[in-house]
Amino acid sequence: MKTVYLDNNATTAVDPEVLQEMMPYLTELYGNASSIHNFGGQLGKKIDHARQQAAQLLNCHPTEIIFTCGGTESDNTAIFGTLARYPDKKHIVTTRVEHPAVRATCRQLQQQGYKLTELPVDAQGRIDLDQLQDEITDNTALVSIMYANNETGNIFPLKRIADIVKDKGAILHTDAVQAVGKIPIDLAQLPVDLLSVSGHKLHAPKGIGLLYIRRGTRIAPFMVGGHQEFSKRAGTENVPAIVALGQACQLAQKHMTDENTRVKQLRDQLEAGLIKTCPNSRINGDPHARVPNTTNISFEYIEGEAILLQLDRLGIAASSGSACTSGSLEPSHVLRAMGVPFTAVHGSIRFSLSRFNTQEEIAYVLEKVPPVIKLLRSMSPFSPENSPNEILTS
Amino acid sequence: MWDYTETVKDHFFNPRNVGVVENPDGTGQVGSLACGDALKLTFKLDDQGKIADVKFQTFGCGSAIASSSALTELIKGKTLEEAEKVTNKDIADYLGGLPEQKMHCSVMGREALIAAIENYRTGSTEAREIPEDILCTCFGVTESEVRTVIQENDLHTIEEVTNYCKAGGGCTGCHSEIQRVLDSCTGRQTPQTEKPTPVTTTAAQPLTNIQKIKLVEKTLDEQVRPALQTDGGDIELIDVVGNRVIIALRGMCAQCQVADFTLRDVVQARLREFVSPDIIVQEQKK
Repeated sequence: MKTVYLDNNATTAVDPEVLQEMMPYLTELYGNASSIHNFGGQLGKKIDHARQQAAQLLNCHPTEIIFTCGGTESDNTAIFGTLARYPDKKHIVTTRVEHPAVRATCRQLQQQGYKLTELPVDAQGRIDLDQLQDEITDNTALVSIMYANNETGNIFPLKRIADIVKDKGAILHTDAVQAVGKIPIDLAQLPVDLLSVSGHKLHAPKGIGLLYIRRGTRIAPFMVGGHQEFSKRAGTENVPAIVALGQACQLAQKHMTDENTRVKQLRDQLEAGLIKTCPNSRINGDPHARVPNTTNISFEYIEGEAILLQLDRLGIAASSGSACTSGSLEPSHVLRAMGVPFTAVHGSIRFSLSRFNTQEEIAYVLEKVPPVIKLLRSMSPFSPENSPNEILTS
Repeated sequence: MWDYTETVKDHFFNPRNVGVVENPDGTGQVGSLACGDALKLTFKLDDQGKIADVKFQTFGCGSAIASSSALTELIKGKTLEEAEKVTNKDIADYLGGLPEQKMHCSVMGREALIAAIENYRTGSTEAREIPEDILCTCFGVTESEVRTVIQENDLHTIEEVTNYCKAGGGCTGCHSEIQRVLDSCTGRQTPQTEKPTPVTTTAAQPLTNIQKIKLVEKTLDEQVRPALQTDGGDIELIDVVGNRVIIALRGMCAQCQVADFTLRDVVQARLREFVSPDIIVQEQKK
């Protein structure tokens, strides 16, 4: 059975063109770019080329990009590296809906004595910009706010956020892992200082990412022990993955229109179809500011893992914010922060598309999902048809 | 994805006995939407007092649905006295095992069964409180159950207790508690509770009670409270007596019918990791 893969916010397929581009560097061209001999040294040019490809997607200068091993390293580098350069400032501002790579890192720093402000979000998942302005003080070293949320797809107003943060004189980092490749980003017009990108979210392989560091931004290296990446990130360059990320960035630019038209239409079609055929369902997030590939839908009265297991058997891959899928007893912190009722959090399913999805696949999902929802609801004590008068809530 | 056995998958994809029995003799409801798990069990008895029909409705994950299905198969045809003896371990065994983190799904099955039987006998529609004197948290055995098997079978060792009722057969953290019950049953009153014998060998120095209280507070602060507060709950330390940590749940957690799973899987697990492996967490009696 062919898998209908609708979990692209978790990871994406490596684009065949990307794979083809990186193959030589996994086979015959295995040199070390730092070597004097040409066999290795020639690879430096390839790395430069990849840096240019990435810079073009983000509209920044190539020297403002350092390659890392992924989004998490980029986030950690941005946070720890900034704080190390501003030892007198002890305050961090972030949001309650960040990815754990930022959230857990900031909470660890809080334990070490930093003051941490996690901005709340409203029911649509939006922060209050006035509150952001009020929270930043002279003691604030860093503001870290994601570009797009991984669970809901919500896009944060980074331009307005950047204007506020820069006006206050703090450093601004954004985790753009879920935004890059999905929506156009123009760093010439967007005054963020640091921006994280993950390769495997835009059809490059896992284990590669990049951190954009605006020229003039003071940052301490997170990995030390070598001169690579302008002495900002030590370690022998992962040439095949860097080449792959460069190619993936170029392809992302090429497919940007497709992503925001055809893929968006598929998402909208899927979302509207499910809401129509499955009563007691709701969309989580801000329908007016979302990346084009993501929809997060809560199917009330049933539990996410049970839905996913049924979908898995039908060859449909998605993910859920329910507690049971996480391995912990905690349901999605993002949906909880948005005040989504428990009833809806446990039955939340995220479908995230990519340019490789087709009309036929969406039609298949629209045909298969409603009976699954109906079946599970027929087994639930909370379904209105099963317990008209006795809803157990606590 | 969880590593479910084929039997779990079978009972999830082809659940047995889904629905509600018409005019049931007993109805049991446990769990809540907030906690992400809930089960409604209804049964009807035949002339001989055996369970003639039993059905379930479950809100929960794959293993919760499979556990409910397995439970109905296990108790069908049994008298209530026989059905009462079905433990959560029996449910898990019937399914060929459940992932550790999913054992609570089988516990929920047992709780619903007890609640349904209670409903039949007393007419009470209240969801039955999970017994507060749980001694063996691995198998959900209460102190009174341990006491019963010791007295009825004239047991003298922890091993015998484990063989009879499974208590102490899991993490072994309750062995000092079982010993205390054994001692009190056989008239050998000893101040064992104040000096629990650690069952795992650790090189660490035994903690004084004050050190222990401080460490418990620190662990609750760092490891437990943030998670509970995210969901609008909180936890308060009431007392530390020997290896027993008595706490009270606040906010959302206080109303949660399956808070016991939070107590065991989160609070007790963290305290065992960071304070002492023989810690037993109990909720303050309401």
